[in-house]
Amino acid sequence: MKQLSTKVTSNGHGQDSSYFLGWEEYEKNPYDEIKNPDGMIQMGLAENQLCFDLIESWLAKNPDAASLKRNGQSIFKELALFQDYHGMPEFKKAMAEFMEEIRGNRVTFDPKNIVLAAGSTSANETLMFCLAEPGDAFLLPTPYYPGFDRDLKWRTGAEIVPIHCSSSNGFQITESALQQAYQQAHKLDLKVKGVLVTNPSNPLGTALTRRELNLLVDFITSKNIHLISDEIYSGTMFGFEQFISVMDVLKDKKLENTEVSKRVHVVYSLSKDLGLPGFRVGAIYSNDDMIVSAATKMSSFGLVSSQTQYLLSALLSDKKFTSQYLEENQKRLKSRQKRLVSGLESAGITCLRSNAGLFCWVDMRHLLDTNTFEAELDLWKKIVYNVKLNISPGSSCHCTEPGWFRVCFANMSEGTLDLALKRLKTFVESTDCGRMISRSSHERLKSLRKKTVSNWVFRVSWSDRVPDER
Amino acid sequence: MDLLSRKATCNSHGQDSSYFLGWEEYEKNPYDVVKNPHGIIQMGLAENQLCFDILESWLIQNPDAASFKRDGQSIFRELALFQDYHGLSYFKNALADFMSENRQNRVSFDSNNLVLTAGATSANETLMFCLANPGDAFLLPTPYYPGFDRDLKWRTGVEIVPIQCSSSNGFRITELALEEAYEQAKKLNLNVKGILITNPSNPLGTTTTQTELNILFEFISKNKNIHLVSDEIYSGTAFSSSEFISVMEILKNNHLENTDVFNRVHIVYSLSKDLGLPGFRVGAIYSNDKDVISAATKMSSFGLVSSQTQYLLSSLLSDKKFTKKYLRENQSRLKNRQRMLVTGLEAIGIGCLKSNAGLFCWVDMRHLLSSKTFEAEMELWKKIVYEVKLNISPGSSCHCEEPGWFRVCFANMSEETLKLALKRLKNFVDNGILTRSCQVGQSLKSSRKKTTMTTVSNWVFRLSFHDRDAEER
Repeated sequence: MKQLSTKVTSNGHGQDSSYFLGWEEYEKNPYDEIKNPDGMIQMGLAENQLCFDLIESWLAKNPDAASLKRNGQSIFKELALFQDYHGMPEFKKAMAEFMEEIRGNRVTFDPKNIVLAAGSTSANETLMFCLAEPGDAFLLPTPYYPGFDRDLKWRTGAEIVPIHCSSSNGFQITESALQQAYQQAHKLDLKVKGVLVTNPSNPLGTALTRRELNLLVDFITSKNIHLISDEIYSGTMFGFEQFISVMDVLKDKKLENTEVSKRVHVVYSLSKDLGLPGFRVGAIYSNDDMIVSAATKMSSFGLVSSQTQYLLSALLSDKKFTSQYLEENQKRLKSRQKRLVSGLESAGITCLRSNAGLFCWVDMRHLLDTNTFEAELDLWKKIVYNVKLNISPGSSCHCTEPGWFRVCFANMSEGTLDLALKRLKTFVESTDCGRMISRSSHERLKSLRKKTVSNWVFRVSWSDRVPDER
Repeated sequence: MDLLSRKATCNSHGQDSSYFLGWEEYEKNPYDVVKNPHGIIQMGLAENQLCFDILESWLIQNPDAASFKRDGQSIFRELALFQDYHGLSYFKNALADFMSENRQNRVSFDSNNLVLTAGATSANETLMFCLANPGDAFLLPTPYYPGFDRDLKWRTGVEIVPIQCSSSNGFRITELALEEAYEQAKKLNLNVKGILITNPSNPLGTTTTQTELNILFEFISKNKNIHLVSDEIYSGTAFSSSEFISVMEILKNNHLENTDVFNRVHIVYSLSKDLGLPGFRVGAIYSNDKDVISAATKMSSFGLVSSQTQYLLSSLLSDKKFTKKYLRENQSRLKNRQRMLVTGLEAIGIGCLKSNAGLFCWVDMRHLLSSKTFEAEMELWKKIVYEVKLNISPGSSCHCEEPGWFRVCFANMSEETLKLALKRLKNFVDNGILTRSCQVGQSLKSSRKKTTMTTVSNWVFRLSFHDRDAEER
C-alpha cells in the first residue's frame, strides 16, 4: 500500500519540464556583472524590474505604510489580528480602482466581487476547484504558460485540452481551432467546463484582438461554459493599441448583468505590473455570487498577509502614484522591448510582433537543424550551455511548432541585455553549414520567413514532441 | 449541466455550523466598552491578544525590519522579487530555532525539513494532499477544532473518523478508542492514512500526555502505513514548557531516528496563536520525509508567505533576547488570565476541564442543560448568545460526544471585559437556577423555532441522546 498520495508520487507538478531545468542550470552558474561575468544570464524569468525606483521613492515619502502606521498611529494590533477572508475593504477598493485605471476607466469593478488570493497561482487553482470536477477539462490556446499544468491540473484533477494556434496567423485563436479543441475533448471523453486565456498572452506578448475576444464570448455563450481571462499582464501593455479586457467586450456587447456575464471571470495579480511577486497578491473577479462566495471561503488556504494588504492599499490608493507609475511602466517596457527586438534583428532573428508583456516570442526556426522538437531542444541546450542564456523553449509552453523561444527583457539591466544580445549574435554568426547570417543577409531572411520553415530548408514533417515536455 | 463544481455548491466547507453562526450574531452586535456596552462579548475566537505590547515595543526599537531595510540599506527589491517556494532561508532558520526554543531546546529542528505555508490552515490541507487520496481517512480525537472539517476534507476528498474521547477520563485518548475508530473506518470501507492530533489540544486546552503519546506511537509502529500529524500550533501557549511534550521528543527519546516511524511523523506549526499574528499568514509543515517535504514545498506555491512578512518575522525571531522574554511573559500572562476565568467560573458553580495550555477553557455546563441532549445544549447556547450576550462555542460544533461542554476563550479581550462576561454569566446562572423550568418555558414560547417546542417534551419525558443535527458534522 502506498504511503504517500498519488499527487506526490506522480509527476503532475510538471516540474521535470525543461522550463524548470533551465532555471536549475542558472542557479548553478548565475551571471553577475562583477563576480561572475561569464555566468548564465537569466532570460527565462518573466519579472518586471524596470520600475522599482518609482515604488521605492513612494515608500520613502510614505513611511507609515510599511511601518504599520496610519496617520502616525500604530495599527499593528489591528493588522496582526486581521484574518478575514473577505479581505481588507480599503485594499479591495484600491485594487478595483487600479484594475479600472488599467482599462482606461471604461469598465467598473465592484470590490465585493473581488476575492483575494496568495498570487494568481492560488487564484487560478481556486477557480478550477470552483468550476471543474476532477476529469473536467478547460481549453487553453497554445502556447501557454508552463505553470498552468501544475496550477490548473495537479491537485484539482482537471484536464487541459489545447486550442492549437500557429504562426501562420500570428498565433491568434481561430474559430476552427476552438471547435477542434472542443471536439478533441469530447473524443477524450472529457466534459468541457470552460476556456482559459491569458490576456495579454504569456508567452506571446500580444494582447488578444477584439475579434478573438468576440469569438471567445460567442463560443462560451453557445456552449454554455465559462471563460477565464487571466489578465495578470494587463498593466504591461505598451503598444499603440489599447488593452481590450474581456470586461470591455461584455460591456460593448451589452452583456453586463446577463447570464453570460456570470460565466466570465478575470484573474489578476500585482506580480507583473508592479513587479511584486514576493508579496503574493492575486485576485479573482467574478460576477457570479456563488463563485465569489465559494472562492472566498477557499481563499482561507491562501490569504494575503494583512501587513502586505495594508502597504499596498496605501500605495494603490495614491492616484497620483498609480497614474504616474502606469504611464512610466509602459514607456520603459516599450523601450526595453524595442532594444531586444532590434538587437535580435541585427543577429538575423525576428520575433512575433508584440505589444505587451515582459518577453518576446522569438522565431529561431531558421537555426534548427531539423524542423523537430529534438532539434529545438538541441538548440536550447546550446543556448543555455554555450551561449549561457537561459531562455524558454516553445515546447515547454506546449507550442505545436518547433523553433520558438520566449525571451524575457524586463528582469535585467540594459547593460546585461546588451551583453546577452552580443553573446547571441556571436553564437549565430559562428554557426556553420550555410546558415551564416550577417547583417546584410538578415533582410533576405526576414522576407524568407514569410514562408514556413520547411519551405526554406528541409521538407521534414513534424515529429512528436519530446515526451518530457508534455 | 452543472456550471459550478460540487465543491463550490456543497456544504462541506462546514460554514453552516453553529460555530460560525455565533460569529455572525456577534458581528451584528459586537461589544464595545464605550460604544456598545450591552453588545455580545466575543469568547469564541481563539486569539492571543495578551502580548502585543511586547511586540510593538520590539518594532519601535527595530524599525528596519518593517521598512524593508537591513543595516540601514534598502532591500526592497530583493524582497519584492523573492518568491522562491523554499522560503527565505534566514526566516526558516529563525523559525526552526524558535520552535526548538518553544520545546526548551530538548529537540532541534532542521530548517531544511521546514515548508512555509500561508497559515496552519494551508499547512494542514497541504499535508492531506500529500499523505492521502480522496476517500482515505484520518482519525481525529474528539472534540476537535471545527475548522478541520473544511481544512482536511473539503477540497482533498479525505474523510475524518472520530476517536471518541469522553469526560470520564478527562477526554484522554485511550487505546480502546483508537482501535474502535480504526475498526469503524474499516467498516465504512475507508483506508486509514493517519491520525491527526492537536497538541496542546483545541478545544480542551490540555497538553497531550506521555501515556497518550505512547499509545499513538505504539499504534503507528504496529500499523506501518499510518502517519501521525501533530498540529502543535498552541505549543507556545503551554503555561509551563516542561509540561508540553512534542512528538519530536518522542522520536528522539525513543531513538526512532533510523526507523520507518521517523518518516511518518509530521508537525504543523503557525505563528497565529503563540505570537498572536493570524493576519500575517505564517504556517509551517515539518517532516523528516524528503518526499513529503519535496511535494509540500511545490504545493506551497498555492499559499506562500509574503516575503515582506517573512523578512519582518525573521528579524523578530532572530532576536533571541526578544524570543526568550516573549515566551516567558506570554506563558505567564496566559496562565494568569486562565486562572481568572477558571476562578470566576467556579464562583458561579461552573467547572472546567483542568487545563495547562491554550487560549480557552473547556467548560462543563452539563448541569445547566434542561436535558442531557444536544438539543438542550443548543438551547443553552442560544440563551448564552442571545440573552447573556456571550459568544462561546458549543461542544457539538467541536464534535464532542457528550452534550453540555463549551469552549470559552480568555485571551482575546481585556481583563475588564472578561470580568464583565463573568458577571453576566453569574447573573444568568443565579437567575436560571432559581427559575429554570419557568425560564425554559418562557424562552421557548417566545422562540421563533418550532423544534424547541418538542425539546420541552424531551426534557420533561427524559429521552436519551438525540443524533446530532446534520449541520454539526
